[in-house]
Amino acid sequence: MSEIWAVILGLGTLTFLIRFSFLGLVGDRALPGWAMRLLRYVPVAVLPALVAPLTVWPAATGGFPDPARLIAAGVALGVGALTRSVLGAIFSGLAVLYLGLWALG
Amino acid sequence: MRDGAPFILVIAPFGLLFGVVAREAGWDMAEILAMSVVVIAGASQFTALQLMAENAPTIVVILTATAVNLRHAMYSASMATHLGAVPVWKRALVAYFLVDQTYGTAINRYTLDPGMRPGEKAAFFFGAALGTCPWWYVFSVIGAEVGAAIPAGLALDFAVPITFIALFAPALRTAPHVAAAVVAVVAALALAPLPYSFGLLIAASLGMLAGAGVELALERRR
Repeated sequence: MSEIWAVILGLGTLTFLIRFSFLGLVGDRALPGWAMRLLRYVPVAVLPALVAPLTVWPAATGGFPDPARLIAAGVALGVGALTRSVLGAIFSGLAVLYLGLWALG
Repeated sequence: MRDGAPFILVIAPFGLLFGVVAREAGWDMAEILAMSVVVIAGASQFTALQLMAENAPTIVVILTATAVNLRHAMYSASMATHLGAVPVWKRALVAYFLVDQTYGTAINRYTLDPGMRPGEKAAFFFGAALGTCPWWYVFSVIGAEVGAAIPAGLALDFAVPITFIALFAPALRTAPHVAAAVVAVVAALALAPLPYSFGLLIAASLGMLAGAGVELALERRR
């Protein structure tokens, strides 16, 4: 078996096991209160932690902060938080990004 | 499905990019398609490509690229609180499709509509998955076909962060949620030099602790 297929199958299997972990094992048993309290904050902790380095040090600019990308991220955040609209945040963020790249680039 | 559909905006460029980079690294079409269908995880697929280009040992490639997906365990735990009651084969199918976009879409909807039954929540999730994941397969293949014809000026790289921001921003409704996000961001930036996305995992855990801590403090004050 080639290295590429070993990576595909190994990575695929382990990734599935990670995603199945709690869904498969915990099922509908109730989790303790402290666990539920922590799990409420999964989306607002994981996604910002994932995005922050990508926003401040984008690979496309060689890892240097880029005003157009920072402003676009701020606009997407503001619009999303104020309007509660995912689509609105995506479109306004992208619009500001292209405007910024065009004006500042 | 409609709620998942906007993600074609981010999946298309990210998938294209994966196809392009994999083709440049010498992968054939079957391998590119198999990787995207079996794994469905952009960041981890790119990590694997990068490490293989650096001639890392196969086991290191697999374990490191897997570590990038450890955050999905937190999604799994979060989804288990909503979908624990559905049959195990459905939960396995949810696990297969459990990526950033499908999780974000589903959890937003579950929060807005607390009256949903587990079966309805599962149906909503599969709709979001069908509006999202097949595009990942399709655009990986297109990327492998069209190759380097995509101009860098399109800044496709930044569609990914914008979409993730759009996914969590509407959830910043209370002081604990804001505290979780702020702590997670500060910690992620401070810990960015750590390898294997350990920084992300630690930062996310600190964010969750901050959210839970502020929630507890507010309850006690009442």
